[in-house]
Amino acid sequence: MQKTIIEVKDLRKDYHVGEVTVHALRKINMQIQEGDFAAIMGTSGSGKSTMLNILGCLDKPTDGTYLLDGVNMADMNKNQLAQLRNSKLGFIFQSYNLLPRTTALENVELPLYYNSKVKSKERKEKAMYALEQVGLADRFHHMPNQLSGGQQQRVAIARSLVNDPVVILADEATGNLDTRTSYEIMELFQKLNDEGKTIAFVTHEEDIARFMKRNIVFRDGLIKTEMTVDKRHNATQLIAELPHESDIDF
Amino acid sequence: MNYINLTKIAINALKRNKFRAILTMLGIIIGVGSVIGMLSIGEGSKKNIQDEISSMGSNMIFVMPGSQRRGGVMMGNSDSKSLTMKDIEQLEKSSQYLSRISPQVSSSGQAIKGNKNWPTSIYGVNTEYLEIRKYELEDGRIFTDKEISSLGKVCLVGKTVVENIFGESVDPVGQTIRFAGIPLKIIGVLKEKGQNGMGMDQDDLIIAPYTTVQRRILAITHIQAIYASSIDEESTDQAIEEIETVLRSQHKLKEGTSDDFEVRSQAEMVQAFSSVSDMLTMLLGAIAGISLLVGGIGIMNIMFVSVTERTKEIGLRMSVGGSGTDILMQFLIEAVILSIFGGIIGIVFGLLISAVATNALNLPFIVMQNAIILSFLVCTAIGVFFGWYPARKAANLNPIDAIRHE
Repeated sequence: MQKTIIEVKDLRKDYHVGEVTVHALRKINMQIQEGDFAAIMGTSGSGKSTMLNILGCLDKPTDGTYLLDGVNMADMNKNQLAQLRNSKLGFIFQSYNLLPRTTALENVELPLYYNSKVKSKERKEKAMYALEQVGLADRFHHMPNQLSGGQQQRVAIARSLVNDPVVILADEATGNLDTRTSYEIMELFQKLNDEGKTIAFVTHEEDIARFMKRNIVFRDGLIKTEMTVDKRHNATQLIAELPHESDIDF
Repeated sequence: MNYINLTKIAINALKRNKFRAILTMLGIIIGVGSVIGMLSIGEGSKKNIQDEISSMGSNMIFVMPGSQRRGGVMMGNSDSKSLTMKDIEQLEKSSQYLSRISPQVSSSGQAIKGNKNWPTSIYGVNTEYLEIRKYELEDGRIFTDKEISSLGKVCLVGKTVVENIFGESVDPVGQTIRFAGIPLKIIGVLKEKGQNGMGMDQDDLIIAPYTTVQRRILAITHIQAIYASSIDEESTDQAIEEIETVLRSQHKLKEGTSDDFEVRSQAEMVQAFSSVSDMLTMLLGAIAGISLLVGGIGIMNIMFVSVTERTKEIGLRMSVGGSGTDILMQFLIEAVILSIFGGIIGIVFGLLISAVATNALNLPFIVMQNAIILSFLVCTAIGVFFGWYPARKAANLNPIDAIRHE
């Protein structure tokens, strides 16, 4: 049987804005198994971002339980949550969030600095390996401003891989990229997933969601539909079908 | 939590913004630099005054006649005839803490040689006087005991007198000058001593046996002052006490009556002058301290701006596993590194200032280790104190808001 990485039961999240209570999440039940590649979809205001914050241990639910790799996050204090993020989660953001004036390698090393068990030699090795996985090993000494958007996002992906997390959480990871580059990033995600990585990917683009195994659609704080993707996109194939840049008439 | 890693993180963060780091340090550099510079200049001028005063004599104690009461009338100090040679003899006999002792009688007038003359002072003393006042012979000899007992018409002259009466070319030893109508044969010349701390020319003098000055020139039987050296610096206080006891019993002063003499020591003079320059040093130091404070506030200011500017970075660090404490420590370490580095550069800068300034002002250059250690500690404290609040602000950021901050 597959291991359950994320298990959410009767989860609620309320926000208090002045005297009004906003029910961002009403009653969510979901599971993400090991090796899954799930899209968390929805329009803005659907609760998907709130869900991601809770999945990412950045926010606590008002009610309900969330087990991450068997650990109940309700029992954790702030410092333990930080450790949990460090050891079990990898984040990827829409705007890459690389440290400026810092080499790709050092950016990838960042999470390991917060893990006192990793020695400095090991840190470099792990970061180099992560950069290899995303195909940027030859650019390890480049600064973010010397890299294209797609390359920057690859560095960010390497950073999310470096601590060998149980799940990678991506937040609109292709939102700032053009179609070809988006597909290239999706190709990378599919490769990582094939290698066994569990990925939860927040997006509002249905096109992008079709690269994944499963789509979970949020609406008004509830899960509207949860379905397995049939006719799943294969990124490698789609890239090949894209018109060559030289074919485009300007 | 791993402090080595956090320190590395902080150093890397500072490296990314070298220019800002230097600007932040500038306040501390100037602050510490001026503290070190001012204190060192102040200490230098104090040392200068102390040196000059101590060049006046070695562990010198001097006794002047004090006011006397005669039939209920208070007499002025200068009229007093309370000190006599008997006092000296008694002190020589019974003192344990005095190594040298000399009477002094003095008069001023014109020294005449041929058609040249020069206004100067003559001091009548014994042979121990030169060592008490740190005078040295350049040429010739000091007078003998026999010359003292026989009211010998001999004298030693200072460089200023030699220059004004004889000029460069003539050897004054063996020559005779007249002072107050008395011909005095020059048997020695004193080495040049220069001005003392109060700007007095210490080479403008004639030294003669006290008997000669006392009897031949002044025609008095008392002496005007006693000069003495204590055996060492530490025993100056005991020596003063001893002199007071001996002189009181010698003068048959009853208990309760006031002394008819005054004892002063070189140490007291040093103290009096030092207190002035101490105050100056404190004033300069206080002004410099304010600039150090302003430097500290500068650090706080920049750290605040930096926290706002780096909100997104903070959010990222939190999302990859940095706890609030990690963030707090990072910013605190950054502030401390800035202030310590600023402090070190400031110390070097301050020493440079004081080296240049003391050189220009002809003061001794003193490296004040205490001030350096103190300002180093103060810098670290400033870093912690002024870094704490911005660091706290950074640590308390909500990671969700921080990471989405634009």
